[in-house]
Amino acid sequence: MTEIGPSSHAVKSLMRHVDPAIATAFACIVALLLVGSIYSSSFLSPEYLLQQLKVGAFLGVIATGMMFVILIGQIDLSVPWVVAVGGMMATAATAWGPAGEFFAIPVGVLCGVVLGLVNGFGVAYMRIPSMIVTLAVNAVAQGLMVVHTGGFAPQDASSHAMRFIATGHSVFGIPNALWIWVFVGGIAVFVLSRTTFGRSIYAIGNSERATYLSGVRTRFVILTAFAISGGLSAFGGVLLAGYASKAAQSMGDAYLLPAIAAVVLGGTSILGGRGKYLGTVAGVILITLLQSILSVMQIEEYARHVIYGAVIILMLLLYGREYQVR
Amino acid sequence: MGDWYYWHREHRGTLLAIFAFVVMFAIYSFNHPVGLNANVATTAANKGVLLALVAMAQTVVVITSGIDLSVGAVLVLANCLASRIVLGDTISTGMGVVGVLLVGCLCGALNGLIVVYGRLQPIVTTIATGAVFYGIALALRPVPGGDVNAQLAEALTGKLWLDIPASLVLLVAIIGLVWMPYRRSVIGRATYAVGSSESAAYMSGVPIKAAKFTAYTLSGLLSAMAGLFVTFVTYSGEASAANGSTYTLYSIASVVLGGVSLFGGAGSAVGAVFGALMFRTIGDLMFVFNLEPLWQPLFQGLILLAAISLGAVRLFQVRNRLELYD
Repeated sequence: MTEIGPSSHAVKSLMRHVDPAIATAFACIVALLLVGSIYSSSFLSPEYLLQQLKVGAFLGVIATGMMFVILIGQIDLSVPWVVAVGGMMATAATAWGPAGEFFAIPVGVLCGVVLGLVNGFGVAYMRIPSMIVTLAVNAVAQGLMVVHTGGFAPQDASSHAMRFIATGHSVFGIPNALWIWVFVGGIAVFVLSRTTFGRSIYAIGNSERATYLSGVRTRFVILTAFAISGGLSAFGGVLLAGYASKAAQSMGDAYLLPAIAAVVLGGTSILGGRGKYLGTVAGVILITLLQSILSVMQIEEYARHVIYGAVIILMLLLYGREYQVR
Repeated sequence: MGDWYYWHREHRGTLLAIFAFVVMFAIYSFNHPVGLNANVATTAANKGVLLALVAMAQTVVVITSGIDLSVGAVLVLANCLASRIVLGDTISTGMGVVGVLLVGCLCGALNGLIVVYGRLQPIVTTIATGAVFYGIALALRPVPGGDVNAQLAEALTGKLWLDIPASLVLLVAIIGLVWMPYRRSVIGRATYAVGSSESAAYMSGVPIKAAKFTAYTLSGLLSAMAGLFVTFVTYSGEASAANGSTYTLYSIASVVLGGVSLFGGAGSAVGAVFGALMFRTIGDLMFVFNLEPLWQPLFQGLILLAAISLGAVRLFQVRNRLELYD
């Protein structure tokens, strides 16, 4: 008879609570840091890590919105231009004078929420596949921004407040952008795990039909999830505009694949209904570190694209596979 | 009577697309400043055929209820490769064409392998492989340029006897030699079965893996054909990410306009071809009616949004509200 000690019990129950996908993602982060530290010792310095977290915060905010949408089993492909709308509308508001400067951040986020509501209305009430609606809204947002900027150079400098939240350091020398991500993430964790809204998001991802039959207003929940995603994408754009101190048309292009990849690499099922916010945090850090290491090693741009795509596929093959059809 | 009813049901989307295209093209040619002459028709045909090929590529995958977001990247890769190897005498040009088409097949086969045997979701897979393909394209052509066999390019983008655009003949040939046999083959029928219900298809012994794999490979081949055609039209290669994502978006728009169900299992590549021609004509109509170029992207986006909203018509046919929540 083998004796099982209390410590072995503790390990087993701990193992049961740890999501293998999240554990793998964190293991990959450690592995990446080790690879980086072989290349240069500064990879393990606190300054470098804080800098990475600060850069990752922008992706983190956008990926948080994407996670809400992926959890209900949908996808938001309108990220690129909603990010741009957020940044450009915020900088446009800054140009209105002192009052505009005060309202710059809310205006940017609000524009994103409106676009998100259009997405959500199409998906929830008109029952059109989210991939298509969000692609079309992306095209409309692009058209709107072309009209907005066309013909003359618009005011594109960001306000003081935007620069402050994106580049400043206030408490304990930790970047403000990181505080923002912690704040957004904290609210996301609370909403997803402690509110009826959050629970119905998971329920819809598993079976919208069953959720509807149990009396949840599923269409309203879907609409809200898309509005959250739009708002957070635009907020990401506001932060990016603050970081670069101006807004540009293509500023959001580089965020669609990373946002989806971060959520999915963090163990959230792309079919919805399963996934933890901690996983998304791991995914965001993983993607940010990967991008940073590729650029520090001065790998050519084409090879960066190839490695980046290949690594995402390989990691997903490690633990993101679906079950076989039976 | 019975046969006619089912035939009509199956081809309703395609017929609608053909009808809408004919109406739009008639309006376009009557309002064209110079009227419809051979040069106008050839230019319109070249632009239309380009998109039609990408739309066909998207269709074969959408029928399996998948999606291929890498069609644009494969097109760009084929374009860059063709601008390097489709050169010289007849033999080396011929080898070059075969090589480009082969690379397209390989790209599609890679997607198919990952989706079928890796069991990853098509959206994530094709976004990530798209990054890889784009990276390779960038390696082949870091700056725009290159050349192509001018004789072949002129022959395929010019006019034949009776001023018929050669590109249209090419398109008809591809439909007749690639799509029709595929549609009638066992594998082709299996892709429809997989799209309608994968588990039912599995239970009936349909070769689902072979069907999906073939669909993705064929999609790669058709995208490469489009990329080859881009080279014939522009006489150069350019690794442009914006071009790639535009073609991907337009391919989905054409598929929707062409009456192919995005849920899979219904529609035909012929419908998507007319969807593509229709989408191009919409752009030309804006030009004919002197719409400010600045507003064109916005209008194109709004038309896309309106077209997909037509999909909501099925809401009025629903007898039991539960049918909405699947």
